[in-house]
Amino acid sequence: MESTSFIERILRGAALSLIVIFFLFPIFWILLMSFQTNEEILRIPPSLFFTPTLSNYAALITGKLATVSGTLDIAFMKNLWNSVLLSTASVAIALALGVPAAYAFARFKFRLGEDIAFTLLSFRFAPPLLVLLPLSLYFQALGLTDTYVGLIWVYQLIALPLILWIVRGYFEDISPDIEHAYRVAGHSWGRTFLRIAIPLARPGIAAAGLLAFIFCWNNFVFALILASADKQPVTVGALAFVTASGIQYGQIAAAIVLSVTPTLALALYAQRYLVEGLSLGAVKG
Amino acid sequence: MAALELRSVSKAFKASKVLDSVSLAAEEGEIVCVFGPSGSGKTVLLRLIAGVEQADEGSIMLEGRDVTDTAPEARGVGMAFQNFALFPHMSAFDNVASALTARRASPEAIRGKVEKIARLLKIGHVLEHAPRELSNGQKQRTALARALVADPKILLLDDPLRNVDAKLRYEMRLELPALLRTSGSTVLYVTQDYKEAMALGDRIAVLLDGGVAQVAKPADIYREPATLGVARLFGDPAINLVPVQPLASPSGPKIGIGGASLSLPASYAHAIGKRCMLGLRPESLAVEAQPSQESFDVDLVAATPLNEKTLLLLRTADGRELLASEPNADEAPRRHGPAFARFDANAVLLFDAANGRRIAPQSA
Repeated sequence: MESTSFIERILRGAALSLIVIFFLFPIFWILLMSFQTNEEILRIPPSLFFTPTLSNYAALITGKLATVSGTLDIAFMKNLWNSVLLSTASVAIALALGVPAAYAFARFKFRLGEDIAFTLLSFRFAPPLLVLLPLSLYFQALGLTDTYVGLIWVYQLIALPLILWIVRGYFEDISPDIEHAYRVAGHSWGRTFLRIAIPLARPGIAAAGLLAFIFCWNNFVFALILASADKQPVTVGALAFVTASGIQYGQIAAAIVLSVTPTLALALYAQRYLVEGLSLGAVKG
Repeated sequence: MAALELRSVSKAFKASKVLDSVSLAAEEGEIVCVFGPSGSGKTVLLRLIAGVEQADEGSIMLEGRDVTDTAPEARGVGMAFQNFALFPHMSAFDNVASALTARRASPEAIRGKVEKIARLLKIGHVLEHAPRELSNGQKQRTALARALVADPKILLLDDPLRNVDAKLRYEMRLELPALLRTSGSTVLYVTQDYKEAMALGDRIAVLLDGGVAQVAKPADIYREPATLGVARLFGDPAINLVPVQPLASPSGPKIGIGGASLSLPASYAHAIGKRCMLGLRPESLAVEAQPSQESFDVDLVAATPLNEKTLLLLRTADGRELLASEPNADEAPRRHGPAFARFDANAVLLFDAANGRRIAPQSA
């Protein structure tokens, strides 16, 4: 590192800044929009200077959307809560099912094992719209339409394959001898799984859980078709801002800021698990 | 009752048979070195005893108890893995203690035992370190401590010195026998270094081609190897092998090397006419400047001085290469060129060329 010249460092800094600006500018612009009224957003040319207002956030939190043609009731906070509930529950269930399954696929060779694993992965290939029609019919028959349980179940299509395949790879990377050593030391199979395999695969489990959470959070079509207003997450709830009297850009921006915050916070928190290189020095390389 | 007994145990992976009907027994407190070239199934044998792998056939008895179908945690063995297999997310202390926590000992008792074994293995000062902070030697000692700490009746050591540097290996080779004696365990020690096997083992079990070729005391294995394969594995430099066919003569059996007719002891009379391999240990070959009775012509091609001995490369009249070794003396260095070799007729080994088995001398 000491060998890098001054010019090289300047160039590297400039390149990094460019990339950061390119990717973060839209988010920055949305953040600015969320503090402006619709009129300020739509003026031409756009300007960086405006008098900030909290009216967008106020409207979202109180649930009263003031438009030209009167006040509309919106359920944004309810939608946000739905998103949290649906994503958290889905990921929790997917982890509870997927992590043991991933371990089984990684450690044991059984009949049809690879086929089952691949079938689970294939859920990710199918376009959601293709499965939605039959699914909605089944859900009506089963009485699962417009229930949290139904949505969480469908979200397993998103979360379970992801967790299964990512975590499986991490389990496969753990030397079986480490687990063997723990068993020879007198510990049962179950304790070995809990005390050795899971802690060692934790970076993978954290990464898979985070990704699954983000995918669940961002899902749109499943919730649009299978749930009605009071069970819908923010992704669908944002449609309410397209009103008869125009599109409420300010509120949409504020809604985006509010709905990005939980996933961002989670990603920042989980980051330290993602980079944790626990397996280092475990066995002689 | 043997502390450990394998009864015709077989194990195959896919199509290849790694162990073919292996039987082996070890008495209580005995150190048995399992020795063989890499790929001979030594590690698999240990893993079968530990219960980490399942035998296809045969049974495994520990102290008279059939444990063939017992889970590894219920077998009560201690094992040190070749790759150490330390738990990377636990401190060295917890690694060692893991063999005790399963037995529901009190925290004070665990601490006491761990610290005692750590002192013995000189890792007391690194107990709070994570495995990645340990040197290779410390890792290896931690793995050994983990295997030893619970005083297992059966101790399985899978080439524990393989992955440590030469200096430490030498040190541990001196320390280990005393350590293993104090533990009182029955030890199965896997190694592919014949010197290690000779230094540590009460007996050596030689594993070759999936079977036990010979089980004997170290000195006996060296002096009286059961087969050609075993003879080849022991000794550095390796044993010289010369195809011969003993012939009858009035003064006893004779063999021909490089045109010379040399005598074998009369006790080999029953080998007359058989196609044989003559095994000559390099140290039983003497090289002299003057011909004598029973010597044969050789060409001294190279002399390589090692620390305590000199290695001589000889070529016989019919072009065969032989190695001789002689203790370093303060004589003038060997002159290359024609010389005369003589072997100690009582130290020769004779093997049946057809099946590789040793032909033992028969007293008349």
